[in-house]
Parts: sequence; structure tokens; C-alpha cells
Amino acid sequence: MTAQDQTREIHMQVMWNRLISVVEEQAMTLLRTAFSTSVREAGDLSAGVFDPQGRMLAQAVTGTPGHVNTMAEAVLHFITEIGRENMFPGDTYVTNDPWKGTGHLHDITMVSPSFKGDVLVGFFACTAHVVDVGGRGFGADAKSVYEEGIQLPIMKFAERGTVNATLVALLRSNVREPDQVVGDFYSLAACNDVGHRRLIAMMEEIGLSTLDDLAEFIFSRTRKATLDRIAALPRGTWTNRMVTDGYDKPVTLVATVETRDDTVNVDFGGTDGVSRWGINVPIIYTKAYACYALKCVVAPDIPNNWASLEPFTISSPENILNAPRPAPVALRHVFGHMVPDLVLGALAQALPGRILAEGAAALWNIHMSVRPVKGGAGRRAEILMFNSGGMGARPAQDGLAATAFPSGVMTMPIEATEQTGPVVIWRKELRPDSGGDGQYRGGLGQIIEIEPAQGHEFDFSAMFDRTRIAPRGRDGGQDGAKGSAMLDDGTELNPKGWQHVPAGRRLVLHLPGGGGFGDPAQRDPAARAADVAKGYVTK
Amino acid sequence: MTIRLGADIGGTFTDIVLDCRGKMTSTKVLTNYAAPEQAILDGMDQVLAEAGIGYGDLEIVIHGTTLATNALIERRGAKVAFVTTEGFRDVIEMRTESRFDQYDLNLTLPTPLVPREDRFPVKGRIGAQGQELAPLDEAGLQALAERIAAGGYGAVAIGFIHSYLNPAHERRAREIIAAVCDLPVSISSDVSPQMREFERFNTVCANAYVRPQMASYLDRLQVRLTERGAGCPVFMIHSGGGLVSVQTAAEFPVRLVESGPAGGAIFAADVAQRFGLGRVVSYDMGGTTAKICLIEDFSPKTARSFEVARTTRFAKGSGMPISIPVIEMIEIGAGGGSLAHVDAMGRIQTGPESAGSEPGPACYQRGGMRPAITDADLVLGKLDPDNFAGGAIKLSMDLAEAAIDQDVGAPLSLGIEAAAFGIAEVVDENMANAARVHAVESGKNIADNMMVAFGGAAPLHAARLCEKLGIDRCLIPQGAGVGSAIGFLKAPFGYESLASRIIPLSAFDPAAFNALIADLKATAERFVRQGTAGAIQSEITAFMRYRGQGWEIPVPLPDHPFDAGDADLIRGQFLDAYARFFGRAIDGLSGLEIEVVTLSVKSADERPAPERVALTMGSRAVQVTEWRDVFDPSSARMLQTGIVARDSLASGDRLSGPVVIVERETSTVVTAPFDVVVQADGSLLMLRKGSSK
Repeated sequence: MTAQDQTREIHMQVMWNRLISVVEEQAMTLLRTAFSTSVREAGDLSAGVFDPQGRMLAQAVTGTPGHVNTMAEAVLHFITEIGRENMFPGDTYVTNDPWKGTGHLHDITMVSPSFKGDVLVGFFACTAHVVDVGGRGFGADAKSVYEEGIQLPIMKFAERGTVNATLVALLRSNVREPDQVVGDFYSLAACNDVGHRRLIAMMEEIGLSTLDDLAEFIFSRTRKATLDRIAALPRGTWTNRMVTDGYDKPVTLVATVETRDDTVNVDFGGTDGVSRWGINVPIIYTKAYACYALKCVVAPDIPNNWASLEPFTISSPENILNAPRPAPVALRHVFGHMVPDLVLGALAQALPGRILAEGAAALWNIHMSVRPVKGGAGRRAEILMFNSGGMGARPAQDGLAATAFPSGVMTMPIEATEQTGPVVIWRKELRPDSGGDGQYRGGLGQIIEIEPAQGHEFDFSAMFDRTRIAPRGRDGGQDGAKGSAMLDDGTELNPKGWQHVPAGRRLVLHLPGGGGFGDPAQRDPAARAADVAKGYVTK
Repeated sequence: MTIRLGADIGGTFTDIVLDCRGKMTSTKVLTNYAAPEQAILDGMDQVLAEAGIGYGDLEIVIHGTTLATNALIERRGAKVAFVTTEGFRDVIEMRTESRFDQYDLNLTLPTPLVPREDRFPVKGRIGAQGQELAPLDEAGLQALAERIAAGGYGAVAIGFIHSYLNPAHERRAREIIAAVCDLPVSISSDVSPQMREFERFNTVCANAYVRPQMASYLDRLQVRLTERGAGCPVFMIHSGGGLVSVQTAAEFPVRLVESGPAGGAIFAADVAQRFGLGRVVSYDMGGTTAKICLIEDFSPKTARSFEVARTTRFAKGSGMPISIPVIEMIEIGAGGGSLAHVDAMGRIQTGPESAGSEPGPACYQRGGMRPAITDADLVLGKLDPDNFAGGAIKLSMDLAEAAIDQDVGAPLSLGIEAAAFGIAEVVDENMANAARVHAVESGKNIADNMMVAFGGAAPLHAARLCEKLGIDRCLIPQGAGVGSAIGFLKAPFGYESLASRIIPLSAFDPAAFNALIADLKATAERFVRQGTAGAIQSEITAFMRYRGQGWEIPVPLPDHPFDAGDADLIRGQFLDAYARFFGRAIDGLSGLEIEVVTLSVKSADERPAPERVALTMGSRAVQVTEWRDVFDPSSARMLQTGIVARDSLASGDRLSGPVVIVERETSTVVTAPFDVVVQADGSLLMLRKGSSK
């Protein structure tokens, strides 16, 4: 290498670093200003920077796989539909199209072009889940996407810095919490703006007129590292089947992983057809979670960008994991969250002894609409809680108890939840005896009990799975405990759909535990004794 | 008080600073883990002898220590019984139900401070408005108290849901347990009266966990000091940067966590005040980490919680939350000992893994084989191999080069100098990014600040860091090596009390608001009174947000009684602060409710301002007689660079970069874009050439 090349190498490394810092700032801004519960309490957002062709250069290390990987694809749709000739400095574009964004109407994706002078140097994009989009609310009961809320095709939220007042007026009259939702739209736009300003400052400081060289540097390094990892995988084709609760009948999911010279493909042929309930998944979201699972195993340390995602491909006929418009998709996360366990089950055949057991997988989100009992005084409130069951046992460690996987969200403090609305959470603690036995035990689920505050009642939208079919153990490990939803008088509830909790009754949720790994006979006696001492195991 | 002594126990060194009627004497001794007080006494013997005074002449001893932090990191605390609300036994174990690393499926979460078998649920429940939903089960508590008494515990922690609103159950439970058990009992509404049960419960458990150990240490220290004839009071520096009595420290030892870094921030704040610098970023770089803190109007920024004992690569979320008032700073794994390597993408990475002092960087010749930042600094000519630490450690250029070539140069086909430059650039870039993001988190622009740099490694990197951050001026004060201990001497008697209360402005009740502030003020002042009879100042801050947001911003409020019309004043203050914080008002929010979430009262005794020193721009040229090749980052090559001894310079001297100012503990590398000017107090001011600021 010449001295000049050596200096260039170091320069490029430093700029790559800086670009990641730019998107961290972008994400931080959203975190601080957002109204959405899932953003502010659970860090459920993503932010990234793209080159003028829409290829992702870097993303903030936050957010959940469902947002990150879908956003990477969404920007391409924006470029196609808006058209370069209609892009101006100060523009911001928006959509919540499930098939071009992140899979359901509740997620708003915003993309802003970044101009340096007259030259388009890149794009900033961000995504967050907003509190309401109108329609039937956050539940599985719609028969088509038209019932699920307002649809915003890819369009301009702002042109040359002026906000689209017509859009804002339409939005205001179509959602239940207009101030908060509109506040979030502005927050998303502000977040892209912070990224843009930082990027331009960086380019001016370093003296760059375009990001082309830097993009080439990032992509070539990342591609090589990713392909090296893929080359180290065994060649072949492996299929896994998984049966899940579904809405009113079980749903079978099938994935076939095929490793090739420089790609890994996952095919979802054999999966059950489109559901009449809002549990369908647009392929963009299925792909996001399939890629996430592959990346966790193949290249966990390689940063997410266009080149690290490109070698992972997806194919599928139309089915519940590739549901076409206008299928209802509001709860696409439930099956989306099942996709990693599904894909990992196939990879476990390729890489025996290296893949964790199945776990609770889908978050147990609860959306509650609380109101005073008829004729009584009190207040109304919409409350969203995120809760997690147990993770599957790992090849050399017990599973993590009550921990989100594959989602990356956090739970909210119950003290904050009780401030949000009139409910009392009487219990939120680990569920003994729920982890599947094995050489390594599955992670415990949890038990939650919620009562409307005195003089109140609530309806809630159930979005639960693994209540009828347990998370499976691996390599001789036993299954984790199934989940259940009921009232404290023993009334059994459906794992999905809107249901009622009357005044004075408690909703009781038992979240699933993770499956065990390896032969239970091989479990260390000291670990068994500790399980009993701590009350993780009572029998 | 004219004879004051500061003692800072750090991870490697215990620093002692004596201020005897304005004359400073300092020393560093190795920290003694078995008997930390012994190192203090050894150091005190040295500085007292040097100053020619005795223990009896001391008027105050101010002490800060990492012992509480270390006990949490190394899990060497008491066996704690944690009594909590039925239904919430596992709050400190379930944490946030998330993974701090999205892609590592084999990650390990930190184990809870109190294992499940020692967590005891009791019936009784307070609601979200502070009302009692279920009475406390006193009979059950009685039985539990007897079980705890017989259980071999060293301390008890009590944490109940919503106790920050209504502490009655916690207080009653403490009475019942204290009547039966001869153990220190900590309750969460005293230790950390803030909303969010995981943080509050963990904080009260941490307090109980370190309490017996800290009480015994503080006891021993006082006895030993008395034996030697010191009759003066001992005060402790707390994480918020104020002083508290030893009794308070023994009761709330969790407030001592991170007290050393707090001293560093106060040191920088004092420098800022002396020179009249309104906006300062302090930059402290030692052997293992770099710490960056924003200081506005001579006070360091504070926060209401932080994370300690991170288990994995300093990753956010891999430690445990402590919710107490704390000087807010960002700490990253970037120090002289931080190790460099190349990742799968061929990217140079530095830290957080550190070579520490044993074996140390490769150039120390103590068996270290991997390249550290110090090795890169040596190869780049920033350090003199024969004169490191005053010649105490002889540095080997050969070993530094070999380590850099093996781990970075060869894998990337870079020459030694280029590889060393790459390492230095990456670590400087990491620090710059951390500083920039930290400023953004606080709604500030980093380039608006002047830098104050201290700690052994900071002067080597400060100029380049300023280049990257767009900062024009950087001050390297005297005594930078023992900055924290000097900072202790400047700290006020101060205490911050906090309370979480959701108060929508539409339902503003001035009487309740005034009562709450009066209550907080009484608490804060009670602690301050232990140290002073003089005047006390209080700062009132409301942490506010739009309803529905999860992040509150600090809004300063006037210290006067509020009436019904003041809701508008508070709203106006909030809107101003919001616009300032995010650089502009965010549109479309006018219909939303604004609410107070937490109130804080920070009280401190009034201090005479230090004597003001004007910054001098100097003009006296200095004859440079010694030269060495030092790497110039702007041209990316070695340049003949002047080497000047700091003690040969006088106030008003001005040199043009590139130049290196050398002293016993460190070297100040002035890069080409800067001049350096010696100040009246001996500080070095680096000034960007052509800058008007």
C-alpha cells in the first residue's frame, strides 16, 4: 500500500465510525420526543442512513429486527414512487403501507432526502409505532386492511420544509389520539432532520462532496466478511415445521433453509394459507425476521447494512407469511416473531448442537381500553403493555427467563402503567415450573394479574400464542409450559381478539416458558438444587 | 478553613492532596484493597511531613472512594434480605425483560444483587394515587422478621410498589423488622423516592448490600485518624458532587458510588469558574476509561439515575441501574491501556478491554503483547521513551512496534506509523462520537464549549479531539494528575432531594406544590446543615414532559412560593426549555397536556467564588532547543516538532503548534492547528490558530 492508500484506509474507517454516530444521534432525538409508548418505554424504533440509490449504509444500534430490516427495503419503494425529479431539499416522505413499510398500519416510516447544495447525497429513514391509526384499533378482528385504520400511501409529509396541511387534517380526523399521533409525525421528521444536519456537517468538515467512495468502502468490507461466514456453512437444504395457535384454529408454518455459494435462501412453501383474521404477515416483515435469525447464527458481529443483508434471500408462495393486500395484518408481529424459531429449527439440522431451543417467541402484548362502569365516575384510558415469556435453553446455558426474543423491546414499569390508566397490576413475577427440563433448562415465563381500578372495567385485545402448542425442547430437552389467559374465577379466554374484563375481576395471564436443551439426565445436580432453592422448580 | 485535605481512593491509586493555607501538596500511593484506610494514612504522612504540619492541624478531611462501586462490581457485599410487595418478588431479576445485545444469543444477564431465595413478598398495596389498596400484613411481617433474624443476614432492604408516593407501609415494615432484627434496614422511599420499581428496588438493595462494609470502613478510618491526633470532621463526597457527613454516608452508602469521577467534574467546574468560562466540556482520560461531562455556568450537569457495574464491554443495559442524583457523565472504554485489534470487516477497534497496569501496554516491558493506546502514542512520537512518568517506567519502542505490527499493521497491510495513526484516530473518533452524542442527549452543541482536559492520557489526545469536535479552546490545568482529589476540596456541602409526583398543569394545586417543595427543601437542608452554619442556596427543578412522552426535561423554577397563576409561568418555562433542548419547538403539540413528573431541590452552602483569573492570549515567543519527530495528523506524516519542558515556561509564553509540552506525569501534544499559551496559574491554553473566540 502506498502512503496515500494507507491514509485513505484510515480516513474511511474513521468516517464509517462517524456515520454510525450520526444515526445514533438521529435515533436519540426520536427517543426523546416521541409520544408512542412503544418508542419511549420500549425503545421500539429504528433510524438509518442510505445512499442515493437507497442502499442502507448504517443504522442505529437500537430497535427491533422487525423495524430495522424492513426499513432497509422500504427506502427503495420511496425512491421509485416519489421520483428523483420530485425531490427537493426540506422534503419528508411518509407511509404506513404494510407492504412497503414495516408490515402493519401502526408503524409510520418517514424518509427524507439529504441534499448538500443541489446534490442528493443520501436519505435518512426512521420508523416508529404510533399509539393509534383509527380503524378497529390494535387487534386481530378486522376482515381486511381497510378496517384496520387510515392508510397513507407513499406521499409527501413536507415539501421544501412546508408540512402537508391536508394530510395532517385528514390524519387528525381519522385517529383517536390526534395530538399524540401528529406529535409523533413531527418527531419522526425532526429525527431525520437531525441526521441530515449532522451528515452535512461531517461532509463539510472532511471535505466530501458525495458519499460514493465511503459507501463502496463500507459495502465491500461488509460483503467480504459476510460471504466468508456463509462459505463456512455446510451446503444443503433443511426443512422445519412448526404448529402454532392461530386465531380459531392451529396454523402450520414451514421453512426451508438452503445454503448456496454466496447466499442463504429461506423458502416458506408449505405454510398454511392466508387467515381471515388480522394475524397475516406481509413478506417484508417475514423477511426481516428470517434475516435476523440467520444473522444471529451466521454473522452476529457484522453491522447491518445493505451488503450484510443482501446475501440473505427469501422466497414464498402466497400464504399467511406472504399475505397479499388487502389481507388484515394488524397483529403481524405474532407470527413474525415465530419466524426466527421456525428458521432456527431448520438451521439446527445444519448446525447440530449450536442452536437454542424454542421459546415463547411472540411478545404477550396487551392493549386495554379502560372505562368507568356504566353510570359511574372515573376516567377512560388506552393502555399498552409489553410482556415476555421465557427464551429457549441455549447449547451451554439455561434459557433467559421473561426475556423478549426475537423482539428487542423492553417492558414498562408497572408503576408507570398504573399512572397511565385506572388499572391495578397485582402480580407480575416469574412463573415457576414453566421452563422445559433438560441438561440446560428453558427460561421461565411469568404470571401477570390485572384488575380494573375500582369502579372501572376494561376490554382488552389479546395477542398471545403458544397457549395450545408448547415451545419445543431441542436435542432431548423437554417442552416449555404452554401459556394461558383466563379470569380469576376460572373463565378461560381466547388467546386472540377483543375480550371483556368486568369490574372486580382479574385478568390472569400465564406466559409460556422456554424449551429445554439436551437430555434432562445430564443436568448438573447443583443446578437442580439451585432451581429448587430459588423456587424456579417446585416439584 | 485554611488547612484542608482531600483523599480519593481509586481503582489503582489513592490520591492525597493537602491545601495548607493555599499551598498545594499532593501524592499518589497504591490503593490497599485489604485496608483502604492504610493507604490514606500512608499518603497523609507524606504530604503532612512535606508541609511541615501534623494531623492535629487539619481542619477538615474530605474523602471519596470507589469502595462502594467496587463492592457492587465484584459482588462483595452483605447477604441482604429484600422485603417487597406480594406479586413483585422478581422485579430486580426480570429487569427490563430485554437483551442488551440484539444479536448475541448466548449472552448472560447480570445476576440480581439479592437472589430469589432471599426476597420475601408481603401482603399490602399502595395505589398509583398513593391510596391504600390493601392493608399491610403486620402479622406476616412479624413472622418474617423472626425468620430474617435467624437467617444469617447482614442487612435488610424494603421496597414496596408506589412507596415514592406513600411511604407509610415501608416505614411501618421497617419498625416491625427493626424491633426484632439487629440489622441496618434501608427503605426505598428514603434511599430513592423515584417512580419506576426496578430502578428503585435495585437501588435500595444496592444500598443495603454495601452498607455494613462501608459503615465498618468509615468507622475504622475515623478511629485511625483520631489515634493519630486528627480531631477534625471527615466529610464524604457523594455522586452528586456535594459533601455529606460520615453518618449520612454510612446510612446511604449507595450515594457514594461514582464519587471519584464526581470529584473530577468539580475540579473542572472550579477551573471553569476561575477563568469565567460559562460552557465547558470536561475530558478526563486515564488508564482504562475516558469520562466526559458538560459543565454549564460552573456546575456540572446532573442526572437522576445511572448504571453501574456493566458486565459486558461497557454495554448499556449490562449493568444495574442506580436511581440517585448523580453528576451526569459519559464513560467509555478508552484509556492509555485500551487494547486495539482488527475486526472481521478489517476495522480497527479499540477498547474497552484494557491492559491495565499489569501487564500494561506492550511498551512497558512487563509482558504485555497486545498493542494499547499508549503504544500507538509512543510510536507516533507523542511520548519520550526515556522520560515516561519522570523516567520511572522505561518504554520500549521495539515492543510497541512489534505489537502494533502483529495485531493491526500486518492484518491491514499498513506500515507501523500508519497503523499507530489508525489506532489513535479510532480511539479519538470514539471519544469524539461519545462526546457529541452526550451533548445531543442534553440538548447541547459540543462545539460551543471550551474543553478542560485532565487525567494522565488526556493531554496527549485533547488537541486532536478538539479538532474533531470543532472546539477552539482547551485548557490543561495544573495538578491534572490528581484532579479528583483537588475537586473534593472545592465541593460544597450539598444535597439533592427528589420526589416523583405526576402533576398535570391543568390541575395545578399551588398549596400542594408548595408543601412538596418545602418538604424536599427541609430534607436537603437538613443534610447540608451537618456541614455548615452559613447561608444555604437552593435550586428547584421540575422534570416535565408533554403527557404521553417518556422522557422528561429539566425545567428550572424560581425559589419562591407559587400561587394559582404560576401554572402559566411553569408552562412558559417548560416551553422555553423544550425549544432550547431540541434546538427548536416541535410543532403541532399545542393541544397536549403538560405535566410535572419529578421535583428536585438541590441545596448547597454558599461558597466564595474563586479568585477570577483572566485568560491571557500571551505573545512572548519561546526559543525551542529540543526537537523530535512527532506524527502530524493533518499531513499524515512525521514532522520535526519542538519539545518544551512545562516547568521552563512562564505566564504569557506562546508557542505555535505542532509542539509538545512535557512534564513529569504527562505530555501535552499541541497539534498544528493550535497555539499554546501559558496562563497566570500555570495552566496551558490551547487556542485554535486564527480563532477569534
